[in-house]
Formats: sequence, structure tokens, C-alpha cells
Amino acid sequence: MQSSNRHGGTWTVLLVLVMVAALFSIRYGAVNISIGEMVSGLNKYFTHPESMSLNERIFMDIRLPRALLCLVVGASLAVGGALMQALFRNPIVEPGLVGTSSGAAFGSALYFVLGATFKFNAGEWTLPIAACAGAVFSTFLVFFLSQSRDTGKSSIVSLLLTGIAINALFMSGVGFLSYIARDPQARSITFWGLGTLSGANWHSVIIVGISTVVCLIIALRHSKQLNALMIGEEEAQFLGVRIKRLKFNVLLVNVVMIAVATAFVGIISFVGLIVPHFIRMLNGSDNRLLIRHSALLGAILLSAADFTARMLLRPAELPIGIVTSAVGVPVFIILLRRKNYFF
Amino acid sequence: MLTAQHITYQVGGGKKLLEDVSVAFRPGDLNLIIGPNGAGKSTLIKVLCLQLHPQQGSVFYGDRNAAGIPIGELAQFRSVLSQNIELAFPLSVEEVVMMGRYPHFNAKPAEKDRAACEAAMQFFDVLPLADRNYLTLSGGEKQRIHFARVMSQIWYPVSGGCRYILLDEPLTFLDIHYQFDFMHKILELLRGKDLVVVGVVHDLNLAAKFADRITLLHQGRVLADGSPETVLTTENIRTAYRLEPVIHREGGELRLFF
Repeated sequence: MQSSNRHGGTWTVLLVLVMVAALFSIRYGAVNISIGEMVSGLNKYFTHPESMSLNERIFMDIRLPRALLCLVVGASLAVGGALMQALFRNPIVEPGLVGTSSGAAFGSALYFVLGATFKFNAGEWTLPIAACAGAVFSTFLVFFLSQSRDTGKSSIVSLLLTGIAINALFMSGVGFLSYIARDPQARSITFWGLGTLSGANWHSVIIVGISTVVCLIIALRHSKQLNALMIGEEEAQFLGVRIKRLKFNVLLVNVVMIAVATAFVGIISFVGLIVPHFIRMLNGSDNRLLIRHSALLGAILLSAADFTARMLLRPAELPIGIVTSAVGVPVFIILLRRKNYFF
Repeated sequence: MLTAQHITYQVGGGKKLLEDVSVAFRPGDLNLIIGPNGAGKSTLIKVLCLQLHPQQGSVFYGDRNAAGIPIGELAQFRSVLSQNIELAFPLSVEEVVMMGRYPHFNAKPAEKDRAACEAAMQFFDVLPLADRNYLTLSGGEKQRIHFARVMSQIWYPVSGGCRYILLDEPLTFLDIHYQFDFMHKILELLRGKDLVVVGVVHDLNLAAKFADRITLLHQGRVLADGSPETVLTTENIRTAYRLEPVIHREGGELRLFF
């Protein structure tokens, strides 16, 4: 009873923080938007959009979609990390380490460079589709290559080493594409590789939002089985879990969620790694709570990172991947050094 | 009744870890599998719990061929305790025990599931540990938590069939007090008469003291199978373990010295 109160408390605190973070992202930036302008902007957008002031336009067309995109992308990345960690039973796994992000990067680079040449065009869906295809390919490649030929299981060491190799392969592909690319395309690739939310618009918010919500629901439906997996694959089978199906479903959900988010904002590392870890320190590892809470904390942290990226060199902005890596790397190293926790 | 019929299991190189093994384990009995290292004890228990698929032979739970039982259904009447269970993440003891009830509920545990967990924890004296982080427990405590988990899984009798519990070296990590304690508790549970218990143990004296029925494996075959009296003979022990035992009988109890 006491513990369920505490979980409810965490949930409420996180929810409030999400709203505070979003409000700050919307309010402050190269220009500050007052609360009054937000209210009137929202009102006019639907009633008479032609009479909107500049600040009201900035609020509705730039700040609000960007703030919302931050929330859904942050949630996606964090939940992706939580799922990967649960699946591989190890807290140092994140989508960036097992090939998902680099595959998505390669898919998008192909789109940037070859999209115009080959006339493959599915409209606004082309980039996310290309990124998804790359991510699915690279992640499943890492997954299958890291499995032992004898037992069919992947040890964490072989997984990470395979991930490093496949990442290097796909990033060299990205390097090659940006080398042969013309200047604006090469710039898109570079910018994309560092991560940025500056391209946020309602279209990206809706696509990433749908993917996040759908994948989150599916992930939560598997959370009990992921808990059973914590005591081992064989033990989970003794508890009635169909392990191959669970792995496939969770991996697929995870890849789609990460790839769609990555397609619009580029590679943002370390959110997926550190968020679930913090939640575990707060509330333990029950995946039913971990997945929910990670979604909220991921949204908060990414909003904070984006806020920092925009405010540090105002009015210019840093790629957000630089901010998350600068904060994430030290945390990652601290995690690695607490070795007894991992192996 | 848990039955293995003509089980042959071989690994890649053609080495037979089990060869034409047939055994039947009755409900109400404490069935223990013994044998020297490499005799096939673990392989047999893994075949019985369907973790390994033998090239020949079948396993039957009651009169149903185990190969045809969906694992979700199997988990509702059969639980398995494996060796060396390690948790990847911190989790409360209560939740670890609740895993035993996962096959029985969808999203949220019912009152019945909570009651089974509490009763199983009470039974194995681990209720005071309920709120602890599993990772901070000692080896023996962890083992007892898993006793409670596998017991909670099959806590309630199932209509029209037996409940099964398979134990792969359950006594590892336990001191002598808890080894005896565990054996007494299993005997207590066996009074239910619908419970089939099969376990692998190393300690021959423990097997002699508690088992109703001993299966002695040697080089992948059943060397002897029956009551402790008939299985634990000087000749069998000599063949299996290459040691000369001194066997004492006092007051109906069998003791082995080496």
C-alpha cells in the first residue's frame, strides 16, 4: 500500500514537471512569448488566423510544435531504452548501441542524397520510411549476428561488440554518402547526425506522436512478460512466456518507435540509456511502472536539453545531440564503473 | 503422474547424454534423481521440463503428451526451479514471488494471486523479506524466495489433474538447517496427494533420509530406480561413484559413509 502511494506520487511529480518543462520551452527562446500571447494565439489560430501577430505565429507554428515534438521524441527514446534494457537484461543497452540509430541515420542519408535522383517519393512519409527501413535492417542484423550459433542466445558482450561493428559500418556508409553529396544535402546529413528539433512542425508532431502513443501502448501490454524475463529466458518460459514472440514484438516496437523519432530529429544519444536508470533508482525495475515513468522523464529531459540547446548561444542554437551527449557521457561512465551492478 | 518414455538425448558430436531413459514419477511421492557428475541428471530434468527436446521418446504430464501442451497452459499447473537464477535489475521480493502468479492473471493480480503469494511466503518463512530489494539478499535467502515463487505458481489445486514441481538442485546455497527445513516442507506439501515433485540432489544421505523414490543415473542410463533401500546398495554406489561406501542401518534409517 505504501509503495503504491509512492508510485502515484512519482507519477504526479513527473506529470507536473512535464508541464513545467513544456511551458518553459514555449515561453523562452530567441523571443519570449507571454502567457497572454499563447492564449490569444491558440484562440486566433482556429478562429481568424489572418489576424495573428508575429509572436502568436511563432507560438503556434514554431514553439508549440517544437515543445510537443520534444515531449514525444523524449518519451520514445526513453521507452526505447527501457525496452532494450529489459529485453537484453542489461542496463547499459540503448538503441544507439545496438545499431538502431546508425541504421536510421543511413536510411535518412540515402534519402537525402538519392531521394532526388531516384524519384522515390512517398511525400512527407519518405524520410520516416527510409529511416525505419534502415533501423529495422541494422537492429535485426545486430540481433542475429550476436546470437551464438550453438545456443541461439546473445551474450551482452557479443551484442555490444556486434553493435559497435555494425554502427561503424553504417556510419561509414553515412560518411560516404555525405562525401559524394552536394553541399546542402551534406549539411542536412551532418546536422541530422547531431540531432536537432529545429525542423519541428505540426506534421512531424502528429507522425511521431501517433508512433509514440501506439508503440507505448503495445510496450505496456508486454510489460508483465518483460518482468518475467528479468529472472532469465528459461525461467520466463516456465512462467508461460513465449520468448521468441516476445523478443520479436518488443524489438519491432522499439525499432519503429526509435526510427520514426530519429527520422525527424536526427540522432540523439544517451536519453534512452540514462532515463530508465534514474527511474530504477527511484522506483525499482517493475517494467509496468518503469515504461510509464521513463516516458515522462524522457519527455522532461529532452525538453530541458532542447531548452539548453536553444538558450546557450541565443539567438543561434546548438544541435541537441551535443547537449545530451555532453551530459550523457559522464553519466554513462559512472554507470559503467559501478560494475557489480551490471555483470 | 509424470512419465518419461524411452528418452534419448544426444548432443552435436553424437554423444548420448541420455539413452533410452524411462521413468515414472507418482504424485504424493518425493522423487529424487541422483547420480555422479555427467550422469545426465540435469539433462533429464531439462527434458522433463521441456527445456531440451529429446531426439527420441516423449514426456507425459498425466496422460497428455507434453509436446502438445501450450506453454501458457503448462505454466498454470507446472513450475520449475532452475539453478543460479540471477536478476538483472533490482526488484522487490514481493514482485519476484508474484511472478509465480503471472501465468494466472492478465494485467493486474487478483486477490487470489496476492493470497497465494502471501501464503507461499509465509510457508517458506520469507514474509518479513517482502519489501526488501531482491539483489540485497544472501544466496540462501534468494533461494527461499524462489521456493516461494515456484510454490505460489501452483498454490491452488487444479481441477482434474496433478500439479507438478521440478527442482534442479534446490539445495545449493542452503546451510544444513535450511536443507532439512526445505525437505520437511516439501514432505508437508506432498500430503496434498495431487502434487508430483521431482528433484535433483547431490547429497546421498539427504536422498536416503527423505526420498520415497530414488532414480540413480549413470552414464545417461537409469542404473537403479526404486526405494532408497533398493537403490542405495554398495554395488550400485560402487558402479556409479567409483567409491566404496559403508552403509549403516539404524532404526529404519539408511546412512552412508565414505
